[in-house]
Amino acid sequence: MIASLSLILLCQLTGEVFVRGLGLPMPGPVVGLMLLLLLLLARDRFVVLARGPLQGDGVEGASRGLLAHLSLLFVPAGVGVVQKLDLLAEHGIAILAILAVSVVITLLVTVATFRVANRFLARGQDGP
Amino acid sequence: MSDNPFSLWVYLSQSPLLWLTVTLLTYAIADAVSLWTHRHPLANPVLHSMWIIGAFLLLTKTSYTTYFGGAQFVHFLLGPATVALAVPLYENRKLVAAAILPMLVALAVGSITAIVSVVLLAEAAGLPRAIILSLAPKSVTAGVAMGISESLHADPSLTAVSVVLTGIIGAIIVTPLMNRTGITDFRARGFAVGIAAHGIGTARAFQVDAVAGVFAGIAMSLNALVTSLLVPLAVTLLVR
Repeated sequence: MIASLSLILLCQLTGEVFVRGLGLPMPGPVVGLMLLLLLLLARDRFVVLARGPLQGDGVEGASRGLLAHLSLLFVPAGVGVVQKLDLLAEHGIAILAILAVSVVITLLVTVATFRVANRFLARGQDGP
Repeated sequence: MSDNPFSLWVYLSQSPLLWLTVTLLTYAIADAVSLWTHRHPLANPVLHSMWIIGAFLLLTKTSYTTYFGGAQFVHFLLGPATVALAVPLYENRKLVAAAILPMLVALAVGSITAIVSVVLLAEAAGLPRAIILSLAPKSVTAGVAMGISESLHADPSLTAVSVVLTGIIGAIIVTPLMNRTGITDFRARGFAVGIAAHGIGTARAFQVDAVAGVFAGIAMSLNALVTSLLVPLAVTLLVR
């Protein structure tokens, strides 16, 4: 468990060092994600790597544990709303309406794009 | 035994222990209620934890900074949880590889829609520039969005709030909306909610369907990448 958590933190740390070091405009944890994915894929190819947290569901189990309560992790940021009550009293209704409309548009456009792209590409594969 | 209960409160209200306990306990209760209502969208545990803890802070006149002293341990885990998304991605790699092209197209279109729609709507509503900039990255996960907001010299704490509100709205709305459109492809439904409503939407997707959850997680992590590149560009082009 400790080794698995360390591996996850190590991936994030490497990601942060990489991003900050090169001055890239992307988040460190996302680079960490790609790194962990590469490690998992490399483990299947090279048996040497299958040790410690990379064997017997180690890092997989720890990750599933973290993701099981993903929405809990947003609560502290959400409570930050108490600092913004003045602003929300003034613009709250407009902000909520804008966010809601934007979410609906984004959901519909994304799901439609996925379906259309999928049908188009599937047809391409089935064609004569 | 303390002779003055008030001095005990003064001690506890300044310690991380109390606020970490309040955060976990409130969420545990809100989550139990959500489970008891068979995961009804309106019983969203983040929404209810947020207002209950917020009201408690206001009633006890506790500052957010003091609260965050305890809650930061939970907030910190957002980063490792993003890294952990590699695991569902790895476990479903065949499913993902089969749908890679529609995913990339939907990512590009969805990510641009998420940013452009909120910026244009906020401009139409005549909101001040500082608020528009703070709302622009609202569809990516909190840590990433706050970083973007900082680099735009906007208000990261307002961004964090708008990110959480966006996630809650997306998580509440996605199931009824998608059922109405008649789309039953859980890859597409999950992917859409991951783009629009990041981690809170992803948590909702995992409750509804495992495949939807995986695609939401992928969408959320890809969107974090793309949005951090797109928001500065969109802001330069769209915000006066």
